Amino acid sequence: MTSIDVREADGGVVLAPAGRLTVVTAPQLRGAVAERITAGDKIIVVDLSGTDFVDSSGLGALVSCLKSARQAGGDLRIVAPTEQVSMVLRMTNLDRILQPRASIDDALRG
Amino acid sequence: MQATRRDLRTLEARTTRRRAATIRIVVVLAAASGLNYVVWRWLASVNWESWWIAVPLVLAETYSLIDSLLFGLGAWRIRERGEPPAPPGTGFTVDVFVTTFNEPVELVMRTARAALDISYPHTTWILDDGDRAEVRAAAATMGISVITRSSDWIDRPRHAKAGNLNNALLATEGEFVLVLDADQVPDPKILDRTLGYFKDPLIALVQTPQWFENVPTSDPLGSQAPLFYGPIQQSKDGWNSAFFCGSNAILRREALMQLGLSRYVTEVEQSVHRAIRTSRRLIARAREEAKGDRRVTLALRQASLIVEDARAELARGDGISDVTYRFQRGIDAISTQYADSDLAIMRDNLRELAAMSTDADAFAGIDDAALELLARRDTSPVAAIEAISLLAAALDVDRGGEAQAIMPMATISVTEDMATSMRLHGLGWRSVYHGEILASGLAPEDLETMLGQRLRWAQGTMQVFFRENPLLQRRLTIGQRLMYFGTMWSYFSGFPALVYVTAPVLCLSFGVIPVTAYSVDFFARFIPFLVLNQVLFWVVAAGRPTWRGAQYSLALFPVWIESVTSAFRNVFLGHPLGFRVTSKTKVENGRPRWDLVKPQLFIMGALVIALVVVGIRIAVGQAEGIAPYVNIIWTIYDLAVFSIIIRAVLYRGPAVTTKETP
Repeated sequence: MTSIDVREADGGVVLAPAGRLTVVTAPQLRGAVAERITAGDKIIVVDLSGTDFVDSSGLGALVSCLKSARQAGGDLRIVAPTEQVSMVLRMTNLDRILQPRASIDDALRG
Repeated sequence: MQATRRDLRTLEARTTRRRAATIRIVVVLAAASGLNYVVWRWLASVNWESWWIAVPLVLAETYSLIDSLLFGLGAWRIRERGEPPAPPGTGFTVDVFVTTFNEPVELVMRTARAALDISYPHTTWILDDGDRAEVRAAAATMGISVITRSSDWIDRPRHAKAGNLNNALLATEGEFVLVLDADQVPDPKILDRTLGYFKDPLIALVQTPQWFENVPTSDPLGSQAPLFYGPIQQSKDGWNSAFFCGSNAILRREALMQLGLSRYVTEVEQSVHRAIRTSRRLIARAREEAKGDRRVTLALRQASLIVEDARAELARGDGISDVTYRFQRGIDAISTQYADSDLAIMRDNLRELAAMSTDADAFAGIDDAALELLARRDTSPVAAIEAISLLAAALDVDRGGEAQAIMPMATISVTEDMATSMRLHGLGWRSVYHGEILASGLAPEDLETMLGQRLRWAQGTMQVFFRENPLLQRRLTIGQRLMYFGTMWSYFSGFPALVYVTAPVLCLSFGVIPVTAYSVDFFARFIPFLVLNQVLFWVVAAGRPTWRGAQYSLALFPVWIESVTSAFRNVFLGHPLGFRVTSKTKVENGRPRWDLVKPQLFIMGALVIALVVVGIRIAVGQAEGIAPYVNIIWTIYDLAVFSIIIRAVLYRGPAVTTKETP
């Protein structure tokens, strides 16, 4: 992963990890989300439209971010996964729990 | 990882055709003779007059037949792989985990030092579950990092070694993980000899043998398991069910993480659906208990409305995360509302108190923000309504009771290894048993530690049997189910063992005969079964010693029985197992521990007395026919088996070798 773009939005914060979300880059995402939770953000939106590859550790990081967000009384939502990411979500059945939203607005609305 | 043509050939390697054919012929003969004997026993030779011993005996014999059939079924596809595929070029990342809890620091560091010397590029970690300063200091001098539990584990179930590994898996990033127990000193070539198998992208696990260096050739405590870390694992390998044994194994991280994710999804779904299913009953009962308390009844009615919303949303196919989020906010709303009326009264009281007080500042500190705290879920009076807090905990996606949402290593058993590999196989991953000794460990050196260790392994296996019975795992092939079941089946041997020692005692001492016909009919069926079974063992073992294992599978019957009963109570009644970590150090107070083997000594005494009694009975002409002689041979065999217990009690540990560093 080259970068995680973080921007404030109405009703939450949007994180957009670009490139590969794997065992190597997962800690970066976990760190970024933890930072936003500490900063008081409740709704964390992870925009996956720029993430072209995710492995099981990457998905694991999404789940542990969801856990931290929930325990802080907030929520984590994922948006617009690319084809490979959608496939992995389906394969692991994780889409039954984390259903991707079509757009960022959609995700922020709740 | 690119596989060359040569690699592909090696990945396909199997037992030679000649050996496989020999084994299969013997398997068929042994199975046929076994079925012939046991069916005859049931149909024609049970002495129903003494049914109370005759039926247990024929049941025990049936048990042994099934054991032998499962052994034969495995051997049918025995897979001896030989040379491994060439290791991949560099560029693959490997983490080496040395797991420890309370082993002596020198022991841990001895293994860690050897781990550093493994030739394939890797990162060495010590997973110190004891969080000891001495380990940290010693590791620092060698430049090794120590991983201890993160703060997430505070006040949550620790899950012993499985938890230790799960914690470390989230703290590291190697593509492959080599797991070593604290006493298992690895060979520098361990990764070069095993990583090549992962050129097959479906391989998730490569298990190598556990072999112990501190055991004399006579192996009085039966520590080496040449049959298990040999033909048995190789048999399972043939059915793609060679399983993880906790140490000396290499695992593919991607497979473990995928397993963790799939378990997370399954468990969250189960929890949510169970909560929805039982919610109506739960709320109805709570309403009854509220006995008309207006506020509780109101809160329960509101709760039941949001549960019904959640039920409808789930049925509609909404994501569980969204459904539970809306549900949790609904519960929050009830909490706030419930607390609000309390808060209003409190504010009024505070205002009045402030008005009466001469020091108005005393109450200024209690501002609205402080009072808002009371409206939070955990402090709100709603938390006291058990039905609501139960639902709130179950209808969530955070697995709040666990330290980590993702738990790759199975936590359903005190031995995490077997359950984990069974689940990996269920996901379609493959495993390899590579039968080359690539690490040398330290076995228990005294009877007590040895008994504790065997009990723990057996208990762990039985927990998996009761919690995730392999026969019922729809995602495993029939062969895999039977191979896992075979291992579990062998741990039930304590019950038939008890029958096998009781029956001859009854026959010799009291003339109770469980078999109607000790005649040609009997011998013509029994002897082929006995002989062919031995031949099968002998052919499959191919020169490995098997007698010690055979002795202990009978002689440790109290341990096997306890493992079954204690695991049953643990799984179904929630009783603790009485679990202890295997100590790797010697207990040196010297006295032989006869007290640990009282049941065995009692049995041996009874067997000896039975021999004396039958001698007298024969002398006075009271014992007739062939039955006493059959049972005399049987008794002598039992005594030979149990004699190992005496040797084990008297065993003083290995002679100190000069190899040990001064």
